[in-house]
Amino acid sequence: MQIVVDLNRCQGYAQCVFLAPRVFELHGEEALLYAPTPPDDQAERVRRAAAACPVQAILVGERAGAGAGTDVR
Amino acid sequence: MSDDLKSGRIVIVGASLAGLRAAETLRDEGFTGDLTLVGDEPHPPYDRPPLSKQVLLGRVPAADVGLPARRPVDARWKLGVRASGLDPATKEVLLRNGERLPFDRLLIATGTRARPWPHPEEARLDGVLTVRTVDDAHRLAERLDAGPRRVLVIGAGFTGSEIASACRERGLAVTVAERGPAPLVGALGGTLGAFAARLQRAHGVDLRCGVTVTSLTGDAGRLTGAELSDGSRIDADVAVVALGAVRNTEWLADTGLAAGPRGVACDAGCRAFDMYGIVTDDVFVAGDVARFPHPLFEYQMLALEHWGNAVEQAEVAAHNMVNPGPRRRPHLAVPAFWSSQFGLNIKSVGVPTFSDQVTVAQGSVEEGRLVVVYGYRGRITAAVSVNRAKWLEHYRHLIETAAPFPPEPGAADRPASPKVVPSDVPDPRVLSHGPTVALTGHLPDRRLAVVRPMA
Repeated sequence: MQIVVDLNRCQGYAQCVFLAPRVFELHGEEALLYAPTPPDDQAERVRRAAAACPVQAILVGERAGAGAGTDVR
Repeated sequence: MSDDLKSGRIVIVGASLAGLRAAETLRDEGFTGDLTLVGDEPHPPYDRPPLSKQVLLGRVPAADVGLPARRPVDARWKLGVRASGLDPATKEVLLRNGERLPFDRLLIATGTRARPWPHPEEARLDGVLTVRTVDDAHRLAERLDAGPRRVLVIGAGFTGSEIASACRERGLAVTVAERGPAPLVGALGGTLGAFAARLQRAHGVDLRCGVTVTSLTGDAGRLTGAELSDGSRIDADVAVVALGAVRNTEWLADTGLAAGPRGVACDAGCRAFDMYGIVTDDVFVAGDVARFPHPLFEYQMLALEHWGNAVEQAEVAAHNMVNPGPRRRPHLAVPAFWSSQFGLNIKSVGVPTFSDQVTVAQGSVEEGRLVVVYGYRGRITAAVSVNRAKWLEHYRHLIETAAPFPPEPGAADRPASPKVVPSDVPDPRVLSHGPTVALTGHLPDRRLAVVRPMA
């Protein structure tokens, strides 16, 4: 699993921090730090966090790289 | 009528955030033709903001910052090979390995690279680094893991300040040298520059402003320190050069496009201009390398080194590449960016450098939570929040509607008598760090796109 958070959109509601504390954390009062490659056992929590984000700032993909290097023709 | 735009050959030069989002948008919009992405780095698209934050803090390995895809893009990827030229007559991109890629439409998304230390011999010293790529960040994180006695950061823009913050959080001694009067002053002006200077010093940064690093010194090929213009000397095992970015436009020299040190000029629809100011219809530009006119800022050409701009401009460019004239869209998003440093969340909307006055509209410098609002000739042009992100949406609306400056009372904690002071945005030429927002005038002509070299 691979994630990216649009931090322009993020307003520090911190729902993700409650739902997946091993992946998302607040650094200070409102700066979000996150693990772009969450551990496999966190996948369900990350999906719930992405769904719960009030500003829908979390993009979840199955893996990094958009298939670069794998769909070379 | 538009069916032919949905097929054919599209080449995207640049395989980072803008290139990837453009490729996804092309497929979303029904492009079924051949799509090729060219990237000079060997890595698939990855996300840069974490490099100067999570990665330097040692919390995330540099290799983990890959970007998730929104959808499959079914593209041919040419990674680890640089585009070396463009033949506008035959419509081919030339690659350094000799290959030629024919295209019907081209997207230029080559971004920027770190401005190197100007003395090549000193730059080669072991311990002198920059932070732009995943490999750079990996190298610096390793150096920080090894516990250097002192890190010297040259340039106190956002990247330099974030690096200094990571060093302090790791307990490392750090000196920051900046030629301008304060950190972040080039992007945020005098009020928040002074705030940032106090913030850095409160966190134990040895901050030296108004000085330049005159030389980096070494012994047996290893960095030992630096000499400053005030005659002082810093002993350091690591020096991070954070002098801003250089736009990757050299490969477009002599192509007839309006490409120069300030970027590739394009219209509001992301179509590149040629050097005479005539718009092309098959060459598009997006991301850090683009300079485009923005109606909120008197149609001056803006060059933005922002994550959000790369995404939004790439989406507009891709849409316009596969849609006919009447269905095309302008790139009008209000610029926005964020930075986190020293435990604070700093966010900006609008263009703070497009200002003559500022006022602290909410909170205060003393409490470390505030919103600074920027005005230009009596209208609001930007707002920057420190740990007050939820308010920015409100100010974005005021910027978009050209609301009067100073703003109406917006919060209960607004100071009784709001003080309006000059915004004190210095000439970028007096700074060590390059501006991440550049107002580059009105003319697309590349002969005017000249930046004077830094002394």
